[in-house]
Amino acid sequence: MFDFIARRLVAIVPVLAVVAVFVFLMLRLTPGDPAAVIAGDNATSDQIADIREKLGLNQPIWQQFGIWIGNILQGNFGESFFFKKTVAELIAQRVEPTLALALCTLVFAVCLAVPIGVLAAYRQGSVFDKAVMAFSVLGFSVPGFVIGYCLIYIFAIELGWLPVQGYVRIGVDFGRFAERMVLPSLTLSVGFIALIARITRASVLEVLNEDYIRTARAKGLSNRVVLMRHALRNAAVPILTVIGLGIAILMGGAVVTESVFGLPGLGRLTVEAVLSRDFPTIQTVILLFSVVYVVINLLIDISYTLFDPRIRY
Amino acid sequence: MSAITPEDVVDSASIAAASTKRKPLWQLAIRNPNVIFGGVILLVMVAIAIFAPFLGTVDPTRIDPAARNKKPGTEITFRLEDGTTAKRTVLMGTDSLGRDVYSRVLYGTRVSLAVGVSVALCAIAIGVVIGLVSGYVRWADGIIMRIMDGLMAIPGILLAIALVSIWRAGLITVIFAIVVPDVPRVVRLVRSIVLTVREEPYVEGAISVGTPTWVLLFRHILPNTVAPLIVQGTFLAAAAILAEAALSFLGIGIPPEIPSWGNIMAEGRTLFRVFPHNILYPGIFLALTVLAINIMGDGLRDTLDPKMSKKV
Amino acid sequence: MADKKPVLEVRNLTVALPGGADRANAVQKVSFTVNSGEIVCLVGESGSGKSVIAFTVMGLLAKALKPTGGEILLEGENVLAASEERLRELRCTRMSMIFQEPMTALNPVMSCGEQIDEVLRTHTNLDNATRKAKIIKILSRVKLPEPERIYASYPHQLSGGQRQRIMIAMALVLDPVLLIADEPTTALDVTTQAEILKLIAELQETEGTGVLFITHDFGVVAEIAHKVAVLRWGELVEMGPTEQILSRPVAGYTRMLISSVPSIHPVHRGVRLEGKTVLRTEKLGKTYSGKSFFQKARVVKAAIDVDLDIRRGETLGIVGESGSGKSTVARCIARLIDPSEGKVYLGDTEIATMSASRLRPHRRKVQIVFQDPYRSMNPRITIGESIIEGPMNFGLPRDEALARARKLMETVRLDPNALDRYPHQFSGGQRQRICIARALAMEPELLIADEAVSALDVSVQKQVLELMSELQSEFGLTYLLISHNLAVVRQMSTAVGVLHNGVLVEKGPTDAIFDNPQADYTRMLLDAVPDISRVA
Repeated sequence: MFDFIARRLVAIVPVLAVVAVFVFLMLRLTPGDPAAVIAGDNATSDQIADIREKLGLNQPIWQQFGIWIGNILQGNFGESFFFKKTVAELIAQRVEPTLALALCTLVFAVCLAVPIGVLAAYRQGSVFDKAVMAFSVLGFSVPGFVIGYCLIYIFAIELGWLPVQGYVRIGVDFGRFAERMVLPSLTLSVGFIALIARITRASVLEVLNEDYIRTARAKGLSNRVVLMRHALRNAAVPILTVIGLGIAILMGGAVVTESVFGLPGLGRLTVEAVLSRDFPTIQTVILLFSVVYVVINLLIDISYTLFDPRIRY
Repeated sequence: MSAITPEDVVDSASIAAASTKRKPLWQLAIRNPNVIFGGVILLVMVAIAIFAPFLGTVDPTRIDPAARNKKPGTEITFRLEDGTTAKRTVLMGTDSLGRDVYSRVLYGTRVSLAVGVSVALCAIAIGVVIGLVSGYVRWADGIIMRIMDGLMAIPGILLAIALVSIWRAGLITVIFAIVVPDVPRVVRLVRSIVLTVREEPYVEGAISVGTPTWVLLFRHILPNTVAPLIVQGTFLAAAAILAEAALSFLGIGIPPEIPSWGNIMAEGRTLFRVFPHNILYPGIFLALTVLAINIMGDGLRDTLDPKMSKKV
Repeated sequence: MADKKPVLEVRNLTVALPGGADRANAVQKVSFTVNSGEIVCLVGESGSGKSVIAFTVMGLLAKALKPTGGEILLEGENVLAASEERLRELRCTRMSMIFQEPMTALNPVMSCGEQIDEVLRTHTNLDNATRKAKIIKILSRVKLPEPERIYASYPHQLSGGQRQRIMIAMALVLDPVLLIADEPTTALDVTTQAEILKLIAELQETEGTGVLFITHDFGVVAEIAHKVAVLRWGELVEMGPTEQILSRPVAGYTRMLISSVPSIHPVHRGVRLEGKTVLRTEKLGKTYSGKSFFQKARVVKAAIDVDLDIRRGETLGIVGESGSGKSTVARCIARLIDPSEGKVYLGDTEIATMSASRLRPHRRKVQIVFQDPYRSMNPRITIGESIIEGPMNFGLPRDEALARARKLMETVRLDPNALDRYPHQFSGGQRQRICIARALAMEPELLIADEAVSALDVSVQKQVLELMSELQSEFGLTYLLISHNLAVVRQMSTAVGVLHNGVLVEKGPTDAIFDNPQADYTRMLLDAVPDISRVA
């Protein structure tokens, strides 16, 4: 078991290395002097020279990479000249809304989608099943921002039940925080629910065709027991895998959803940073999202062992 | 290595049925109701894109300060080039610069379809080449797959945002930025097919009669990737249209001079409470197009790639 | 077999196939009886409907198949009329079933004990301790070592034979009156098969259980059955006591089937020829290593120091059970995989270490026919294109290659005008003939048949084997015959090699190996072969 985790940890090193190289090269691929790009449009030549010195831009490129990665490993992500703060501070400020949004969505979507998918598989071909499949195609097809604005129009503008936009920190007022999380989470959930419900249905259907399901029926077990005890646990691994891969969709969706609902999170920060060409911030956000994504999928990989005794190595 | 007994009557019966009734796959595909339904909607969209200038549109980039923020159905007076004025009903209203939303939405179809088609084609072209190399050239496989894993570790839309940020936004930049995150997905698909098929006895049979490698690849292996790639291609196109819309909506995609559904909506964001039509109409077109492609993709997958349709 | 009351009576059973199938009914008016303490074998080739009958009795038919007539009486109770709930009550208490694939029939994520326990929890009110004791008892009755450990193991930790024992334990834990066994040994090696057959016969004898045993293998029938029912295309051909059916079959079909079964007993294949050596291996070895940077190196030695030589015009048979490395050896010789050690001499040329480009001219000389007739030909190109591909690779003009292909189609007794058809338009046996034609088109010096007849029904198998013999005497072909079926090897080969865990444990002239085996493993293998002539 320990061996398994250790090997998985080692396996993510090359993946993160590729990500790091890409993020590092981003700045070099931009036309123009990297130091000038970082410093922004209003920088003085002294500032530019200072940056060039700090990042070792006069040295060969592999040394620059060494300096850059060394800084990052020490938690020094550079400085945002646009926001006039260190990037680390900036991220710390902006992380809460994104985290809240992602967690609410994840919990809501998984709790809803898995039972829906199982039920659809169990009643394959029924009206319910067809409705779930139709919803899932729709959920893939309607973009988050359209859903978001529809929800705002119905629940915030027409009905006036919920606030249109904005964010209140969870520590400040939980009630106002919660009412501002409902619509964004709902918006972000739609695509995620569509994805998970569909894969749950497919995995359960596939397992229901296995020989051991026939054995279970031959034992005289009822359909419910066959489904819950034999089918679902065997279907867990593909479902978990897709939830893990779906985190990428969640992150992408967060960028759009935060913009629609005016949440001051990392997604909004990314867009602001791109619009102002604030490269240290863009680089850090990309790196951060990727590391989180890789680590979540690592944890999911490890959790497979809980569901399937065959996965030990 | 024990004997296989093709048991079960059902199996042999269905095998017999399949072999007598076997039709070319594309014939089955174009008879699938999902393919027909999605295909018809898509054809309408293509027609709109091609004939946009003849469908009662005006110049979609024309700014008219006198006709700002008109609701759908309003009659506006506008000045012609020769100085005379004329009246016209704006079907979908106008935006905050007085541009005609109806014309912008219709012209926007061009951008979306162009992005969808070119992203799918580019991603498949690049992915097939890399996937074949990876699946067939053993020493290259390790390196290529590590790079692909790395690219897949960056959430797709963020990778696209990162790429857009490197260059100034434009149609080509946006297409390229959406293609890059898709390439590893195509590579994985092609590689897995190559790895499976090259173990098939008929490929080994071809090797043992001295078939040269390139014939092996193009005659015996590559045809197996066509059906899955057509299916994957439709889904890539749908996702690409959504991605372009998202980037443009965020203001970092197609610049507003070229009307695209995403940037029409971006334009409409500030005054959404009063004038929701700026978001509603392009939203409907966008959702309808993507839905049509996805439904068609489902139908294609069921007919062309039944093994995969069991999975997802 | 004291008291012979019927436990299962099948009367005029008809099961309909869905529309569009090759016939209307999967099973057509079949009647038979299984008495307590009796083993009844349903035997037939693929598509005979024998498994459908078994699943109908259990009420486990796929929805597409519908019983449309007759009745099935389990101790007098018609199960066709029983409710779904009543059927569930009967399963595992009165009637139980074991399946063909022990590898997939158990739930991989539940321990074996839990899975048997589920039967007891569903059908009884016993407390935990009693249930556990009962399970341990049945596990030891099916002769599983260390029942306590087995109780806690997961299926993937057990061998195929052990898993089938778990299935038997599960089926018999509540002492049902009827056990249905659907090809329970087909997926097992011959030695394991012998043990499982012995176990079923023993348990059935002591408990007085009635057994309905489905098989395609007359050897198995001879080993185990009291009564035999022969099925063809869903209809009962003939039924009677085993001895009568095997030695004095009335129906022509039964006679044909029985005569198709290859016998383990001697036929005169002549002595080994003193011809020129076509192919020779020297300390041939193949090591598979799961060589991945991030994984534990898993090394499997699939073949170790294998020395073979094949002379012109003879057939060398290689026998072995699954995992013995026999296919690895074949594929090393054909250079479909690269040997890790040793040498392969084709005539005087060493080809084991030859580079791919230098190897190409030699590829022609060794051809191979594979096991699976459905995957051996590219489904997208016509069989004609498949056959001429090789000769054209070696520079034969297209029309000459086509002429050769037409001639070869006649040689393998197929219609030469069928060259423009696709593989899916042929049956399994026909495809194997086409594969042989494709191999012969290369005019090879050695033809490897890698389990080439294993996937075929016995009657078809016999035809293909006969064709191979005729071709050999006509053209002086040299065969390397790889098979798990000892009878096939005995009928076809002049010399035999026995492989076990990658090691060639014994080799020599066929008669010497079969009549006077030296290695213990060979003796064990020969003992395990079910033999139709034991009854006949």
